[in-house]
Amino acid sequence: MKEYKIYIGLEVHVELSTQSKLFCGCKTKFGAAPNTQTCPVCLGLPGVLPVINRKAVEYTIITALALNSRINKNCRFARKNYYYPDLPKNYQISQYEEPLASGGWVEIKANGKTKKIGIERIHLEEDAGKLIHGEIKEDKDFSFVDYNRAGIPLMEIVSRPEINSPEEAYEYLVNLRQIVRYLGVSDCNMEEGSLRCDANISLGEENRMGTKTELKNMNSFKEIREGLRAEIKRQYELLSRGEKVIQETRVWDPKKKKTFSMRGKEEAHDYRYFPEPDLPPLFIDKSWVERLKAIIPELPQERFNRFIHQYGLPEYDAGVLTESKDIADYFEECVKFFPKPKMVSNWVMGDFMRLVKKEDMTKIKISPASTADLLSEVEKGTLSTTMAKEVMEEMFKTGKGASQIIEERGLKQISDEESLDKVADEVVKENPKAVKDWQKGKSQAIKFLVGQLMRKTKGKANPQLANKLIEKKLKNLSG
Amino acid sequence: MNIIPELPANKIIKLLKRKEISVEEIVLAQFKRIDEVEDKVKAFISLNKEEAINEAKMWDKKIHEDKKIPPLCGIPIAIKDNICVKNEKTTCGSRILENFSPPYSATVIDKVKNAGCIIIGKTNMDEFAMGSSTENSSFYVTRNPWNPETIPGGSSGGSAASVASGEVTLALGSDTGGSIRQPAALCGIVGMKPTYGRVSRYGLVAFASSLDQIGPLTKDVTDCALLLQVISGKDNKDSTSIDRPVPKYLEYLIPDLQGIKVGLPKEYFVTGIEKEVKESVLQAAKVLEDLGAKVEETSLPHTEYAVATYYLIATAEASSNLARYDGVKYGYRTKEKTNMIDMYKKTRKEGFGDEVKRRIMLGTYVLSKGYYENYYGKALRVRTLIKRDFEKAFEKFDVLLTPTSPTVAFKIGEKIDDPLKMYLSDIFTISANLAGIPGISIPCGFGQNNLPVGLQILGRPFEEETILRVAYAYEQSTEWRKRKPEI
Ligand SMILES: [Zn+2]
Repeated sequence: MKEYKIYIGLEVHVELSTQSKLFCGCKTKFGAAPNTQTCPVCLGLPGVLPVINRKAVEYTIITALALNSRINKNCRFARKNYYYPDLPKNYQISQYEEPLASGGWVEIKANGKTKKIGIERIHLEEDAGKLIHGEIKEDKDFSFVDYNRAGIPLMEIVSRPEINSPEEAYEYLVNLRQIVRYLGVSDCNMEEGSLRCDANISLGEENRMGTKTELKNMNSFKEIREGLRAEIKRQYELLSRGEKVIQETRVWDPKKKKTFSMRGKEEAHDYRYFPEPDLPPLFIDKSWVERLKAIIPELPQERFNRFIHQYGLPEYDAGVLTESKDIADYFEECVKFFPKPKMVSNWVMGDFMRLVKKEDMTKIKISPASTADLLSEVEKGTLSTTMAKEVMEEMFKTGKGASQIIEERGLKQISDEESLDKVADEVVKENPKAVKDWQKGKSQAIKFLVGQLMRKTKGKANPQLANKLIEKKLKNLSG
Repeated sequence: MNIIPELPANKIIKLLKRKEISVEEIVLAQFKRIDEVEDKVKAFISLNKEEAINEAKMWDKKIHEDKKIPPLCGIPIAIKDNICVKNEKTTCGSRILENFSPPYSATVIDKVKNAGCIIIGKTNMDEFAMGSSTENSSFYVTRNPWNPETIPGGSSGGSAASVASGEVTLALGSDTGGSIRQPAALCGIVGMKPTYGRVSRYGLVAFASSLDQIGPLTKDVTDCALLLQVISGKDNKDSTSIDRPVPKYLEYLIPDLQGIKVGLPKEYFVTGIEKEVKESVLQAAKVLEDLGAKVEETSLPHTEYAVATYYLIATAEASSNLARYDGVKYGYRTKEKTNMIDMYKKTRKEGFGDEVKRRIMLGTYVLSKGYYENYYGKALRVRTLIKRDFEKAFEKFDVLLTPTSPTVAFKIGEKIDDPLKMYLSDIFTISANLAGIPGISIPCGFGQNNLPVGLQILGRPFEEETILRVAYAYEQSTEWRKRKPEI
């Protein structure tokens, strides 16, 4: 059987989270009623002109810098001409020969080694609107257009065909998304369409790519991996039978788990690109780039390394904590107030992150200082771990401080030996069977007795102390 | 009041300031004139009488209350129908926008309104400003007030004819390849294309974005300076408008040309030019010399490529600019019930006229894969050469003097079936658009059939004041402006 080398290139569209659109002042909020976030400019009315959104340019420059790309001092916008009802002007303002940035890379792990996936170019363009096909009977013959999305800034990041497996593609996307989110330029939410990805795939030899196909309509990173696998399999089977791969655009069908040829619409298009005459070339001077360089936050990889060295965390912890910038920030804030990194790490990775999953970080009501308070109560032994979980949930809901909740709910752990000693006596008296079991050598019985003690104290007893006292009583009895 | 239609704005303002006349009287006098001659001229696509009279009354009240009066208070103005006026029909002379009313106004409209101008109506034009005779209007042909058998020029033919016939005091037009200067010349009035970037294009329905510029059509040079003053300046809504101080143009209007160097580019006095036109322009050069200017022959060697270059660049941009008229969002849509692709095709087939279709096809072709480099790419390079010709000439000369049009107004129907012949009407005006430089046309005599001849004065970018100075000095030492057409 012949071996083929897989060549994959990815085109990622990232919707930038600017407040306003790329060429007008319209809002970009997701989910507004159709056509409520539009104006003459993004509707392409006769006579209007685009004005570039400075923030969108800056977001793209920041991303380019983070991906080690070269910022082109002079870049231009170009018109991509094609007819479709979701495109108000029937041309898209994009970039063609002079993109904002060229070159760069994203680091991934492949077979345990670090590999750089090259970036071809990064450019800025406007999004199109959305077509909604009539569903109720009277509307069956019609399609409706929502232009809320038309003109929202998209950053296109095109990789070189240096990705050699669907797994690498997955890894590339995860890392790219992580960087973009760290930069705060997009939320990269695939469900809301703020991250989209098309792929080019070919099977070739060691130094020669084969005929490529373009693959569209993959709606999650997992689908991308699946789609790529399916397309590779298809191409492999074709080539193995001695047939040829046709250069074409194909769509992934997530239900049938297959790719299908997309004839018609997208095929053999001549977009007749030419420089956008309504926008002068964009001059990006050095000082602007320097200013932006200064505000780039620490990127995931650097932070990962720092967490290991500075806090002495295991790789696993550092990885989980630095996955999202918000979590990593939260962790570091907590450590400032409660300088026991591993304990903070356990806590944040465990219960905290479980709760965060339900909400997003911006809505979290617990301040890092509060979390630190909670942890110090646990450390002092005034609060059991189980109790602490309960307290944290309450903190999440109400935003109240840890000590306040402990006070209000009387959750303070009983570590007072005298009062617990009495309870231990009672427990031993009331459970003669368990005592006998223990005497016969069933060491499990002690757990039962401690459990009884905990029940009597409504869980507030210090578990170590309870254990110690019960054991003492049993030994005394057997004396 | 009967004299109002004959007066330039600078004279009407004086009457108004002396309270010898009211704004309402001015506006009513213009509408009376329109009632008398519009049937013969057909300069307007729509008129705005009710609103205009209301505004006139509003200004009269303000004047009565001794409020501060803006510079063009109460002056009637006509607007070419490719400049958006909020909630007023803006057709571009096209069936495809026959019932289109924009929900916003062009920046120049806000400016002229703030300056006190009263919009009288929207003027006829070649469809989407594509043409040199106003015969390409989807609605009707505008007549030249000097001879109703001849064309008024184009594409701002309606604006030029409305000013020349005394229907209105001022007008705005747009100039992509000569569309202000050529009709101004053929109608015997003043018309100026400012430097690209001097006046905001926001709200001007685009024909060719890198060439279009809005400018004044007026009865004399002083009015031209007044109106240019009002409409000039950087606009944040137009990224191609330039942030440069706007000089006080009136201060440059002096009847003396000491120290001014005038060049006569020899390429503008050869092919296809009518004898009387050539003589009038050379005669004008002598007048300038008498006023103290130094006149010398010069050369713009790439002139012969201008028309070809222009028709590649302008049509390429137009093919993209006009793509939005597809029946989906606004404007005309075919009545036939059909699928999406056929809806596009039928809408555009029924909505656009022949010349527009011709240019869309040409533009689509020159941008196509495999042709781009040889056509559009090459045109861009030649455009740079033409620009350099001018830069070089302006190292030595303050202004260049040429005919505006090779001929006087021609007969309606004479060139309409011969596009190439028609395209040559713009042979002397096109280069200024390609180079982005300012130019004016002013009356300089009468040629065949006693029809007006225009003198074109071209200047350095953003030096409209020098052009206006030369134009003013010439105008004041000649009597051409005093002759009016008899309608
Ligand atoms: Zn908008």
